[in-house]
Amino acid sequence: MLKKYKVNGGFDEMLCATTGVRGHYQKFHKSFEKMKPAEFDAKREAIDTAFLRQGITFNVYGDAQGAEKIFPFDLLPRIIPQKEWELLERGLAQRITALNLFLHDIYHEQKILKDGIIPEFYVLSARHFRREFVGFNVPKDIYIHICGTDLIRDKDGNYLVLEDNGRCPSGVSYVLENRRAMKRAFPGMFEGIGVRPVENYAQELLKSLKYIAPHGMADPTVVLLTPGAYNSAYFEHTYLARQMGIDIVEGRDLLLKDQHVFMRTTKGLKPVHVIYRRIDDDFIDPTVFRKDSMLGVPGLVNAYRAGNVSLANSIGTGLADDKVMYYFVPRMIKYYLDQDPILPNVPTYLASEKDDMKYILENLPNLVVKAANESGGYGMLMGPKASKAEIEKFRKLVIAEPRNYIAQPMIYLSQHPTYCDGKFEGRHIDLRPFILSGERVSIIPGGLTRVALTKGSLVVNSSQGGGSKDTWVLYGDE
Amino acid sequence: MLSRVANSLYWMARYIERAENIARIVDVNLQLLLDMRNLDEKKLIEYWEPIVQATGDDEAFFKAHPHATGQAVTEFLVFQPENPNSIFQCICSARENARMVRDQITTELWEELNRIYLFIRSPEARKVWDRSPSEFFQEIKSASLHVIGIINATMVHDEGWWFVQAGQFLERADKTTRILDVRHRSLPERGLPAAINQTEAVEWSAVLRSCSAWDAYKTIYGADVHPRLIAELLLLDDSFPRSLRFCVRELNRAVRHISGAQEGYFCNDADKLTGRFLAELQFSSVEEFFEVGLHQYLDDAQLKLNNIGVALFNAYIYQPFHHPDETHMVQQEEQQQQSMKAEL
Repeated sequence: MLKKYKVNGGFDEMLCATTGVRGHYQKFHKSFEKMKPAEFDAKREAIDTAFLRQGITFNVYGDAQGAEKIFPFDLLPRIIPQKEWELLERGLAQRITALNLFLHDIYHEQKILKDGIIPEFYVLSARHFRREFVGFNVPKDIYIHICGTDLIRDKDGNYLVLEDNGRCPSGVSYVLENRRAMKRAFPGMFEGIGVRPVENYAQELLKSLKYIAPHGMADPTVVLLTPGAYNSAYFEHTYLARQMGIDIVEGRDLLLKDQHVFMRTTKGLKPVHVIYRRIDDDFIDPTVFRKDSMLGVPGLVNAYRAGNVSLANSIGTGLADDKVMYYFVPRMIKYYLDQDPILPNVPTYLASEKDDMKYILENLPNLVVKAANESGGYGMLMGPKASKAEIEKFRKLVIAEPRNYIAQPMIYLSQHPTYCDGKFEGRHIDLRPFILSGERVSIIPGGLTRVALTKGSLVVNSSQGGGSKDTWVLYGDE
Repeated sequence: MLSRVANSLYWMARYIERAENIARIVDVNLQLLLDMRNLDEKKLIEYWEPIVQATGDDEAFFKAHPHATGQAVTEFLVFQPENPNSIFQCICSARENARMVRDQITTELWEELNRIYLFIRSPEARKVWDRSPSEFFQEIKSASLHVIGIINATMVHDEGWWFVQAGQFLERADKTTRILDVRHRSLPERGLPAAINQTEAVEWSAVLRSCSAWDAYKTIYGADVHPRLIAELLLLDDSFPRSLRFCVRELNRAVRHISGAQEGYFCNDADKLTGRFLAELQFSSVEEFFEVGLHQYLDDAQLKLNNIGVALFNAYIYQPFHHPDETHMVQQEEQQQQSMKAEL
């Protein structure tokens, strides 16, 4: 079925322009070619229907009917050979270790600032730096318990880190559901090819959450705090809660008494010890952060400070998400671990630095400009694809608020054969692995491969027409 | 169990039961019209009016429609999104409540609720309706029965399941009294009804069929239709699963499982009111109901059921805390999404 497929420049995950199908795709390719187009179509439709029927959807905002859409799923899996995955695993573990050390340092001695490795100004001006928590000890000294780090590959196939999501990364439920769908559609393939399973993510997550229970409690009550059924990731929240066998609560289900957290049950109040919160810092406690928040729990931060309840992720981790902090991660790795980064960053320019600013302004049409604290493909300029007016708009924005902008060269993400309108074409992809920090660091093999379904598009976000693929990490290299 | 979860399970059950009951009422009455002759507009309106009243939404209806024409009534009860108790909205609400507690219900249950939800929102639903209303109602009724079956066969019969039971039987009890009340105008205000003519018999048998009670009636009483016997079956029969007594008995079982109170004792108003109502039904005869007047009695019964619902809410769900304004909350949930970096 892939006979007509063409590698049109850039790095293709599956096919090499000169040598054909890459080694780690050989087995898959062989069984895939045996399939008839009609059979493939039937499987594709069955999966779409199943996703809709199961309500594996995300909410579309601004739709009065509350419409839900399925997150488009492409049947061709992205395959990663063992050797490559080992490298990624080591690189990601190194990175999360450095980030946790960095957060500890910033919320305590601030040695990295005093030693002049990172200019103080950048940290103190970061939107998500929570100065209220300087000097506060988080349980087991872990700040980011769940991290989603976005990786991309450049035109030579080198893996690069695009950004770290250290607040409430989402998407892992799609990893698990995509795998289930693939197993149903291609039951024969998995054993023959040797794909590492992803099923135990929920157990690992629960283990990490229990690990931070207050006062070293043996059997803590863990809950997942959701903003509610209207949040776009609500499906994921219910999914994870169900997989872990814990209660999913909304802010209104919780209340505080003498600095302890309780949930309202039909049998009265029940104590809560660990909260996996999928609510941002800003909304979590109206008495401390946003006063108008109705999603949070008044007094929660007090209980947290008193050590009676643990939060994952900790408050204040948004600092590590700041795209300006991202620039300094290689320096953190060097400073705290005395190692060279295994996974490099994308070259980045800070608009606040004089030389960088000059470079940015001179090269705007060739650069990607990003706001330091935006996500989901918002607040971004893709220079080479933008109109003159858009470029000028960003020029003004960058000059007005240099601290809030970074720029990077345009990276042509790697491509992957993807089913589009009846044929297979190359589409750009990225990878979001999920890293858990508990007693040890554990990473679910693979992660979420997102694919930009629009031809030529480099934006993989679901809000911008992105879809996903199953990600197979092999036991071997072929 | 979280109070909010108990509340959602309870309402999920109520809404799905409500959708089924409305489907039966409209279905039976549409078919009944086919048997009637010499119907002018006035008669038609007289015919449909009590049906709107049976759903308890007459006020909302007459605000939107001056006359209870067949077209207006069916549209109002089946599709109208503005009517919170239209079949369409009942299905949406049942599914929305299920979605709130997606982690607490089984996959099978969720998928069936989601299936009927996707159906009723699809253009296909209108097509089926236009082709054959009866086929449409069949779809709704079997979805509801399917849901009830799945609940019993796949859910753990723990506290949550008992809240489902409470919701289901409370709703069913209420709807049975309302359906029986549809023909009250043909009855004397007080006292036993006289023998009825053939047209009336057809109308009364429609009451039975609206409660899926036609087969049960024939088995117990034979083919002769009489309002007194119909009332006896629908109110006091101990083994017919839609009779008031049966429903209140099941409701009583549910509230006692939830509270843990033994039979004959109570530990909150829900236990007390349910037990008292059940005793009344167990130790009454239908003649006594006709003595106070059937319509009056049914009104009282509905009030009692309502009070039990309120008592359940007060005992398990309601907690004296600030109830935020719903729209504001929706906005924030969305806003948080916009501001959250790590969203997909």
